[in-house]
Amino acid sequence: MTATGIGASVKRKEDFRFLTGRGTYTDDINRPGQSHAYILRSPHAHAEIVKIDTAAAQSSPGVIAVFTGADYDKGGLPAGWQIHSKDGSPMVEPPHFPLCKDRVRHVGDQVALVIAETYAEAKDAAEKIDVTYKELPAIISTADADKPGKPQVWADAKNNVCYDWHLGDKAATEAAFAKAHHVTKIDLVNQRLVPNAMEPRAAVGDYDRATGEYTLYTTSQNPHVIRLLMGAFVLQIPEHKLRVVAPDVGGGFGSKIFHYAEEALVTWAAGKLHRPIKWTAERSESFLTDAQGRDHVSHAELAMDKDGKFLALRVSTIANMGAYLSTFAPCVPTYLYATLLAGVYTTPAIYAEVKAVFTNTVVVDAYRGAGRPEATYLLERLVDKAAREMKMDRVEIRRKNFISREAFPYQTPVALQYDSGDYDATLDGALKASDWAGFESRRAEARKRGKLRGIGISTYIEACGIAPSAVVGSLGARAGLYECGSIRVHPTGSVTVFTGTHSHGQGHETTFAQLVSDTLGISIDSVEVSHGDTNKIPFGMGTYGSRSLAVGGSAIVKAMDKIIAKAKRIAAHLMEASVADVEFKNGTFTVAGTDKSVPFGTVALTAYVPHNYPITELEPGLEETAFYDPLNFTYPGGCHICEVELDPDTGVTKIVNFTAVDDVGRVINPMIVEGQVHGGVAQGIGQALLESCVYDEQSGQLLTGSLMDYCMPRADDLPNFKVATQSTMCTHNPIGAKGVGEVGAIGSPPAIINAVIDALSPLGVQDISMPATPLKVWQAIQSAPAKMAAE
Amino acid sequence: MHDFGYHRPASVADVAGLLASKGEAKVVAGGMTLIPTLKQRLASPSDLVDLAGIAELKGVKAEGGGITIGAMTTHAEVHRSAEVQKTIPALAQLAGGIGDPQVRNRGTIGGSVANSDPAADYPAAVLGLGATIRTNKREIKADDFFKGMFETALQDGEIITAIHFPKPEKAGYSKFPNPASRYAIVGVFVARTAGGVRAAVTGAGPCAFRSKELESALGGSFTPEAAKAVKLGADGFNTDLHATAAYRAHLISVMAARAVAAAS
Repeated sequence: MTATGIGASVKRKEDFRFLTGRGTYTDDINRPGQSHAYILRSPHAHAEIVKIDTAAAQSSPGVIAVFTGADYDKGGLPAGWQIHSKDGSPMVEPPHFPLCKDRVRHVGDQVALVIAETYAEAKDAAEKIDVTYKELPAIISTADADKPGKPQVWADAKNNVCYDWHLGDKAATEAAFAKAHHVTKIDLVNQRLVPNAMEPRAAVGDYDRATGEYTLYTTSQNPHVIRLLMGAFVLQIPEHKLRVVAPDVGGGFGSKIFHYAEEALVTWAAGKLHRPIKWTAERSESFLTDAQGRDHVSHAELAMDKDGKFLALRVSTIANMGAYLSTFAPCVPTYLYATLLAGVYTTPAIYAEVKAVFTNTVVVDAYRGAGRPEATYLLERLVDKAAREMKMDRVEIRRKNFISREAFPYQTPVALQYDSGDYDATLDGALKASDWAGFESRRAEARKRGKLRGIGISTYIEACGIAPSAVVGSLGARAGLYECGSIRVHPTGSVTVFTGTHSHGQGHETTFAQLVSDTLGISIDSVEVSHGDTNKIPFGMGTYGSRSLAVGGSAIVKAMDKIIAKAKRIAAHLMEASVADVEFKNGTFTVAGTDKSVPFGTVALTAYVPHNYPITELEPGLEETAFYDPLNFTYPGGCHICEVELDPDTGVTKIVNFTAVDDVGRVINPMIVEGQVHGGVAQGIGQALLESCVYDEQSGQLLTGSLMDYCMPRADDLPNFKVATQSTMCTHNPIGAKGVGEVGAIGSPPAIINAVIDALSPLGVQDISMPATPLKVWQAIQSAPAKMAAE
Repeated sequence: MHDFGYHRPASVADVAGLLASKGEAKVVAGGMTLIPTLKQRLASPSDLVDLAGIAELKGVKAEGGGITIGAMTTHAEVHRSAEVQKTIPALAQLAGGIGDPQVRNRGTIGGSVANSDPAADYPAAVLGLGATIRTNKREIKADDFFKGMFETALQDGEIITAIHFPKPEKAGYSKFPNPASRYAIVGVFVARTAGGVRAAVTGAGPCAFRSKELESALGGSFTPEAAKAVKLGADGFNTDLHATAAYRAHLISVMAARAVAAAS
């Protein structure tokens, strides 16, 4: 390994510009003649728009135009995935216009678009728009949305049901339950979360009258996908006339995957007004309009034999979609959730039912982990409860049911085939690193200090590296999910890498540069990674689902294979040797058994200055593009162990130790991998202990609409993490990478909650819901079957 | 925010004139509450009268054995003040725990006390220490100052110029912060003074208040155990997303005990 090669913790190339304030974010972009947009939003969760009077706003100082739903003459925002219900009927897919036509369906829904010379003028004018609403009752509750007699969000969605879907073998599952020795049951809520990327969403629309070309600068994780969705489905702009640029993006966590109304509105209005238009969300708008995450209500049952061997699992989940279908919302609680319910266990029969419901709330879509944290939380809470009920050790019940390292490839009863893994190895690593064996003495020591100490474990798997196009296509995806990579070798031997993935915190500019510099044997300083512009990169599906290295990196490797193959032919010509005899290593081409050699740079120069060149057989130039469509998902997994100390006086939970041992496949940059795990675990801690998106059940107002009430994790909420990787290689991509972006957020919440329950278990407490706030923990202690002994 | 006129007078005397001449004028000190309110367009004053240019409102000085803190003294200045640390360390500690560094470098003691936010820290110290609030018109005893949620004894055109804190024998402050905002869900300031024990609570009611139950218990025995043994009913305490009234009632005893334990 070299100092900058694969496996080295190279400092991030992109950090100079970020840490010195030299990044270029969407809001930093200003176009000549730019105007500013403000969007008037619904104050009601559910109301008819009776009348909108914009006359006063139209004549307000600085106003260029005011548009309402009646003015908007283009298409609605599409859903990118179609789910079919049990009975074969397609999901209910309501229209989703960027400006509401006749009804608002959540607080924050778009009612009018005001364009003015300045943002303040647009906002002032919006106050002069007179909207007459007829308020309607709203449905907010996930659990109640499908009950008869509730307010209806869409006339076509009876009882607010979008789809009623299932997966697995119901008969086999019922049969296994019939002969079970014991059945453990659990009811769980996986609460709604607000993503809260540090950079709010923003969009700048521009239209060039000279060429008829549109440009959208936007805070996106996948600019090509936005170009496809907005161009083809919403605004009917052909791809060759539409450029989408996602420059530096300050965090996404899933929330910037989706195509949003504001992107379409600024692009559409720029075309009408022949003015560039900028819109940037205020933080309170982010709370009201960024797609939110999770929001499941589930019941699950686990059937076991007398030895605690899992026989069958059945799960029933209601998943909240919000008021509309966001881009990938339908697939999150289905193919990213129920397919993961085997976990790391050999459960032979699984049956899952998922009902997706509409409510008068902000849309819900993928958020770091997307479906897999929900599956993992359900399984790992259930397994812990099963261990308690069976009076078995929590570790042993897991070991007993693990898929063994010899069993791969392993076909689960819920559609996935795991390619590799070693769950005993990650478990052993985490038990050792966390000193699991020594815990009881720490519990006793804490007890002497009046504290309740607990330890919790989660052994998890996830599916990422999204995704084999044929597979997802058969499951309802309306897009392929391959990736594209291009390698442009410049005449002097430096290289620009073009990737269809997008880096918004992941460090691709470093990781991909390491991959390329190591493979081509050139300095990492000679490699530049370019992403985020549909005019530069041939195509791409973007970054989400921990896919960038496994899928995007593999496309880069394939493109490098083509580069090396062509370069070998050039080198063979220069060395007057047979191509079959040319070897390439450490940046040099050699001929086996001779002392002939040509460096990579000479070959590059020859490709562009082809004076001595096999011109009849080979084109000049050295640039190659590859598309890589994965053969399977990748399956990172591992073990997270959390140790907490509860203060019974206040209910405060302090995480005193957190250990993550993850199998993420091949690691290119260990520092970046650690950072990804840190960030993911921080978000997992956020979900487990701090974060909850709460709406008023009657009015539908977002009660946690600012950071004053919505509690994001902060540095002083977090412990020092013990993070390690214990990898098996992915068997089907050329890197062996599995992905790491989401593992922290997937594996950690159940480990934390299991630890809190373990801490409270001496008092007889069996359940606590997320987030385990001080109030909830204190209340659990107050109402516990057993009281704390007097100090 | 909406447009407004901006004035930066150089003396307290000029403030009153500006406030009288401008219809909907508001005074801005550190602006930690007012500026976000303006940005959210929840307030639309015609004019802002900024006290930041008035030198006489700034600084900490020893006075009569206690300390006097100018209204425009920032939390960070109080926290770092050697005079405060020496005379009333609990007050310096309290100031250092308000908000975050940005807030502590902008927010002022006068602004906080005049605002009477139900979850602000300073009102607990003002009441707990039996401070005197000095205004451009008069002196007001702490016990007469806090009237309700965002309500004080201040009249129109009256601004705080300084707050005088007598030196206690011992004092301590402990707060249970809201996990999101870090405002006090409950904060308790206890002081043993020549005139007896004072215990003031913030975060739990409409405004900071003295707890007779705590004062009585701590008057008998100024110990954490005595504080913890006080069991308050939940009636009258705030309930919100983060804490019920019963939880707040419980936390008052716990925070009081911690304040006593930390008292110096």
